[in-house]
Amino acid sequence: MDDLFVRVITKMILPFIQLYGLYVIIHGHLSPGGAFSGGAIYASSLVLYTLAYGLEKGQKRLSHNTSAIFESGGILFFIFFGILGIVLGHSFLTNRQAGFSMGNLGQVLSGGLIPVVTFVLGIKVMSTVVTLFHNMLEEER
Amino acid sequence: MKWDKIFTIVLLGALLFVLVASIGELPPMGAPDSPSYNETTRYYVEEGTRDTGSTNLIASIITDYRAFDTLGEATVLFTGIAGVAALLGVAHHNPKEKEEEENHG
Repeated sequence: MDDLFVRVITKMILPFIQLYGLYVIIHGHLSPGGAFSGGAIYASSLVLYTLAYGLEKGQKRLSHNTSAIFESGGILFFIFFGILGIVLGHSFLTNRQAGFSMGNLGQVLSGGLIPVVTFVLGIKVMSTVVTLFHNMLEEER
Repeated sequence: MKWDKIFTIVLLGALLFVLVASIGELPPMGAPDSPSYNETTRYYVEEGTRDTGSTNLIASIITDYRAFDTLGEATVLFTGIAGVAALLGVAHHNPKEKEEEENHG
């Protein structure tokens, strides 16, 4: 889609979508939303970018190598934090009893494991959705 | 051939009857004596914030109480994207290789 208006509007609106997606992910343990919805919002911004600027530029934003790191790194990070609970003498994926810092209720840095896991999962969902879209576009070409 | 179809229709009709009949047995929406309001639900509502330090109860369930289930969900995502990349990722071969393959075929 080679249209000047779409490109200019995309460039203007892109940071707001990404900021909102990051907000939903980071406040996943405080407000409605979380990893899956926030990741989908963030991915929609990159999908919009690919639609406006074409596949070549879109893949520069999130290349296959980067998405491979996000995909496998996300799930490995999750499992790492789960095993940390075992190492500290509790069951898999223990949160409070394993001694993660709980912080003050209602603040962004609180809840121990929850914000970390939410952030990692959000990045992973974003990468999954965008990679699916790019793969299907590649197939069509 | 004909008996196959009759058998299928009878089987599906019986299944439909059982499923529709079970709708009448379900508790009405939001009923206080519904079996899904048990001590687990009460515990989550009462102690969830204290246990996990998170004000979003859904987040505290999916990433703390049921974190292992979320790990399974992440695995589903991973498997899905791996399958799509394996099936549709043919375009990553560079064009020269593709031509050679076609020539051989």
